[in-house]
Amino acid sequence: MHLMYFTEQPMSAYPEQAGKDFGATALMFSNKHFDPVAGSRLYNEYIEHYKLAEEVGFDGIMLNEHHNAPFCMQAKCNVFASILAALTTRVKLVLLGNPLPLADNPVRLAEELAMIDMISRGRLVSGFVRGGGQEQLAAGVNPAYNRERFEEAHELIVRAWTHTGPFRWEGTHYQHRVVNPWAVPLQKPHPRVWIPGVLSKETIIWAARQRYPYIALSTAIDATKKIWELYDSVAAEAGYTAGPENRGYLQRCHVAETEEKAMANARQFMWMQGEFTGLAHPVWSTPSGYFSPSYRKAFVEFAVGRGANPRAASFEDQIRNQQIIAGTPKTVIPKLRRLLEETRPSIVGFWASDGFVSNADAITCLKLLGQEVLPAVREMGKELKLLSPFEAEAPVSIRESKGPAPAAA
Amino acid sequence: MTVTSDAVWTTEDVKVCGVAVRLRKRGAGPPLLVLHHDIGTLESLPFYESLAQRFTVHLPSHPGYDGSERPAWLRSTRDVAVMYQALVAFLELGPVNLVGLGFGGWIAAEMATMSPQAFRRVVLVGAMGIKPARGEILDQALLSYIAYARAGFEDQHAFDRLYGADPPTPQLEQWDLNREMTFRIAWKPYMYNPALPHLLQGVRSRTLVVWGRADQVVPLECGEEYARAIPGSRLSVVEKSGHFVDMEQPDALVKLISEFAAGS
Repeated sequence: MHLMYFTEQPMSAYPEQAGKDFGATALMFSNKHFDPVAGSRLYNEYIEHYKLAEEVGFDGIMLNEHHNAPFCMQAKCNVFASILAALTTRVKLVLLGNPLPLADNPVRLAEELAMIDMISRGRLVSGFVRGGGQEQLAAGVNPAYNRERFEEAHELIVRAWTHTGPFRWEGTHYQHRVVNPWAVPLQKPHPRVWIPGVLSKETIIWAARQRYPYIALSTAIDATKKIWELYDSVAAEAGYTAGPENRGYLQRCHVAETEEKAMANARQFMWMQGEFTGLAHPVWSTPSGYFSPSYRKAFVEFAVGRGANPRAASFEDQIRNQQIIAGTPKTVIPKLRRLLEETRPSIVGFWASDGFVSNADAITCLKLLGQEVLPAVREMGKELKLLSPFEAEAPVSIRESKGPAPAAA
Repeated sequence: MTVTSDAVWTTEDVKVCGVAVRLRKRGAGPPLLVLHHDIGTLESLPFYESLAQRFTVHLPSHPGYDGSERPAWLRSTRDVAVMYQALVAFLELGPVNLVGLGFGGWIAAEMATMSPQAFRRVVLVGAMGIKPARGEILDQALLSYIAYARAGFEDQHAFDRLYGADPPTPQLEQWDLNREMTFRIAWKPYMYNPALPHLLQGVRSRTLVVWGRADQVVPLECGEEYARAIPGSRLSVVEKSGHFVDMEQPDALVKLISEFAAGS
């Protein structure tokens, strides 16, 4: 198994009431509410948490980025990956990931990622995402070409990693006279690429066609099973058998010394008014052209307040269906076993704390996870034969499926 | 080409640059091409009925809007203008009268710059296409479909009469499709062409610029700039109207168009 630590890096010093009053905590919610003094403190606390995560036995640190919102303080996951490349020695740095459509120069991303891979001595896992709907607006990027830009930027980055330069790129969205970055990844044929997602079938299909592991972000168990049905069928069409090494899951899981405390802190997973990307504005979060046409009706109804948010569920529902797990190590372990038995992922991210959970409680949670929960989960993983892509020496992609598994050169 | 007709409107799909463009036609008299707003258009409006008593009204749906095919390659507003030049040639309309509404006004202005003398008359109504010096063109990306459409009306009762106080979901879906196409062709820079004020100096078609006094979508200063840029043109401001002059003050707009078209 590959067990990762994750935090959204919440900007927990923002005035919650101001967000409620404004009616949204994204895009146009003014950054006058951002407190850089608290921001400086929080960034440094999060660095300590990441170092502790390595110390207590996690295999990886999962990083992400978001924009114009308090729910996530990382505006550039490559910045934290660079810092951790030097501050840690063992953990994989799992970026889930760089939002490709937001990049106007994917070659620069390829360079940054290659630098992180070399500085970390080959510990980079380079996930890619489409970016949230409102982030297209935050970056001024056309939501109608989101998927085109994602796919083309991916092609260009992988090519820059795997083909010696110089070469020329004349694409639809990207044109480069000369691609010849003097920074290439240490891992060969290239760093692993994992693709996270929550809703879009198109992304699941795309990941399965590439043979990239898909990381389901806190979906309910039944929905997760449907994701794997789809992934497995696409994999079969593509000519390979998908297994646990293709499956990842991000589990919100808070542990504390007592059940009561754990449950109280777990409510902080709802701190963004129930949506983990914050109180979304129905229009900004779903710009025209960004979502799959199959969801058009649901989203136009949501946009005018006529339908329920297709992505929201109550705390009680999420506890019931295990999208959120909270308790002492003793009570969370059986729940994690159910997750592993029913959905068979080999990659599990632990989203351990959120919102206003205190620094002391976040640290306690990390220690309890490391001392009691991770060893138990590893044992289950062995018993259930949940081999991670590293353990299974799975090919890095369908293109490379006949070549060797990536290793430090 | 498939042609259907009810009592008054003829509807056909015309292939333009390989794209099936939905074209509706009605009326008798000199040909008049009407280019609709970014939100698309209702099937029937008092404005069209009234125009059809004086002109043969040609009402195409822009590629990607209201039932016209969406070409994956179409990525600029100026290319839409080129397609409409092809449509005018295909239909052999001759020196046609051209009326552009809002976003359609931008397309019409681009067409006028491409063939300076080809149009009998050009009428630009609340046209996008020019960057305002002081104000801003309203950003629909930040507004719901209903809020954006309502922003084009000074009198909200006029919106209620045409669309209903709470437009049905199929209308919202069509607005979403139309908005997506607008993003595909006019995302950045949003709703203007920096070269247009310069190119407009070459226009030789007789041009009338019309603006709703209370236009909250495209500032009136853009109307003044159009009138300054196009030789011999003038600006006529319609009172008690927002951006959608065609839907809020149809009689006033038809009168302006008819009188302008009747002139020698």
